[in-house]
Amino acid sequence: MSYRVHVRVMPRESLLDPQGQAVEHALTALGFGEAAGVRVGRAIELEVAAPSRAEAEARVRQMCDKLLANPVTEDYRLQVEDA
Amino acid sequence: MLKVAVVRFPGSNCDMDSWRAAELVGANAYFVWHRDTSLQAADVVILPGGFSYGDYLRSGAIARFSPIMQAVQRHAADGGPVLGICNGFQILCEAHLLPGALMRNAGLTFVSKPVDVTVERTETVFTCAYGAGARLRLPVAHGDGRFVATDDTLRMLEAEGRVVLRYVPASEASPLQPNPNGSANHIAGISNAAGTVVGIMPHPERVAESLLGAPDGLGFFTSLAAWRPRASTLNVPSR
Repeated sequence: MSYRVHVRVMPRESLLDPQGQAVEHALTALGFGEAAGVRVGRAIELEVAAPSRAEAEARVRQMCDKLLANPVTEDYRLQVEDA
Repeated sequence: MLKVAVVRFPGSNCDMDSWRAAELVGANAYFVWHRDTSLQAADVVILPGGFSYGDYLRSGAIARFSPIMQAVQRHAADGGPVLGICNGFQILCEAHLLPGALMRNAGLTFVSKPVDVTVERTETVFTCAYGAGARLRLPVAHGDGRFVATDDTLRMLEAEGRVVLRYVPASEASPLQPNPNGSANHIAGISNAAGTVVGIMPHPERVAESLLGAPDGLGFFTSLAAWRPRASTLNVPSR
């Protein structure tokens, strides 16, 4: 089976996110004063061949822990769907 | 003669300066390519500055998996000295040879200018030629230099005296803008417990000879030139 996996990597809540702050300031300047709590992360998509959905998710978690996210500064979330 | 390997990644751009600085102090310096698997029996390894792999994903994240980095890991595990400068520091953190991580500068801009730092730890292979508390003016040039770590890690680094360089707060004696990137505890460089693996954001190799101004950075290289392999676990003066 092949699965399409969406990985969302975000800067950890407790850490300063200067990019998010800059984007929030820009939104305010554009008249979107209602925007708050802006944070900027990274989205990664990949296809994974695996015998099951659970297996695909487990493998991508390993990829995240080893490379796709930095465990010191980032958190990630996965979404797995049939390719 | 002391053998110093300067690792070249695609995107390294301080490799020649690092090589030159090592040669200045009488070492036999040479380059190894990121796809090499051997350090050719190097005594000391330098991971130079630059933008390895275009800083894709995160600075240093992909360089960490270069074939040569397995040799660097073994070298470090055997007590061999490794100096990571700028991008080299980022690679050392990504490789877990040093704790913490280097994130986007708090001001979001790439910062390229001289900064004042103090040498906080002299019991390392790369700072033993400096006096404790020595103040240096060194160039920085980075976009991702904000050192972050968990509170526990920061406490441990401070308690064990593993902060090697710290940005000096602005004062009359040091009018330069302090802490160019928002680093935790104004940290500009750290080491492992033994003082054999050191990562720093400033570039001592760019100010290692008087032709380029006050050679404040030369001490990193005279320090490493004094390293005697296998003489002891750490051939530097004790505190």
